[in-house]
Amino acid sequence: MRRIDAISIIAQEGESQGALLVGNIGYPSRELWAVGDRRSNFYMLGSMGLASSIGLGLGLARPDRRVVAIDGDGSILMNLGSLATIADQSPNNFLLVILDNGCYGSTGCQPTCTDRRADLARIAEGAGVSEVRVAATPEELRAGLAGRGVLVVKVEAGNAEVPVIPLSPEEILRRFMAISAPPSPSS
Amino acid sequence: MNNLTPSEAVYRGMKGAGIDFVASVPCVHLQGLLALVASDPEISSVPVTREEEGVGICAGAYLGGKTPALLMQNSGLGNSINALASLNGLYGIPLLLIISHRGGEGETISGQVPMGRLTPKLLEALEIPKFIPSVSEVETVVALAWEVARTRRTPAAVLLDIGFWSSLPLSPGKDALFFGP
Repeated sequence: MRRIDAISIIAQEGESQGALLVGNIGYPSRELWAVGDRRSNFYMLGSMGLASSIGLGLGLARPDRRVVAIDGDGSILMNLGSLATIADQSPNNFLLVILDNGCYGSTGCQPTCTDRRADLARIAEGAGVSEVRVAATPEELRAGLAGRGVLVVKVEAGNAEVPVIPLSPEEILRRFMAISAPPSPSS
Repeated sequence: MNNLTPSEAVYRGMKGAGIDFVASVPCVHLQGLLALVASDPEISSVPVTREEEGVGICAGAYLGGKTPALLMQNSGLGNSINALASLNGLYGIPLLLIISHRGGEGETISGQVPMGRLTPKLLEALEIPKFIPSVSEVETVVALAWEVARTRRTPAAVLLDIGFWSSLPLSPGKDALFFGP
């Protein structure tokens, strides 16, 4: 499965779930924008490693909303403590999807540690995440997207030919928060 | 508000600012404040593994409509710099930083000295407004710091050094110092 095809499925399922989506830095956010931009997508443009943390904070702040964060193997390896915090907090409304292509895809596909030995699903289990699934096919991905906790998706290395997202950071924030934190009628 | 301990005074400032979401990495000086926060049902409290992770979680909480604060030792500022710049700074996401500032007068741990000395300069380089209140000022200053963060769409830091935490309740303090960019 190509990564952009996995992202397309996540976007479709996210739309049908009414989910808030957090897209990872680099090509994954660009691919998420390309398969179907929605105002309820937060495109993370900097801060590599923090997609899972942003998603967790959002999920804790909005327990009434479904939140799905799209991370990568290189990114989660940079913030493995996040898996322990996700396990510790264990929000019912939050799913972390890790798209594992075994390399730093946005910088020339230098291999990550998952390319040989590191097993992110077992790391997540060891961190205490109670629901951990692995998907390698579109069917397994769709099934896994109904769950919570952590979903590790094996995808092919390589980036789709997609443009840079033509939105300013301020615009991404403003339109996302109009949905994720609408002003209360009293304020 | 007589006889407030330093921790209670900071906590009252956080309540006055409307802080309802806290991520934290502990410092020995923050233990009283962390206990107050953890026992407050109006505040979601998230212990994190690393300060940078806390910056991300607080940003997500802000996206969800919360008023977030990160409680940490100043060593954690060094662990958070990229996120403070390329997440909060990039998008204009506010954050209140309550920082136990180690390494200054009264410090007994040599390992605290290098980052203690660099902390104000790092905040200046990051263009993060910083406030250095006494115990008698801190309740007002914490609320002010959040107001600066919210209106300027930036992190804002309250630095609380060893002398602050060892202050007697409401001892006469020095004037509040504010160095903004």
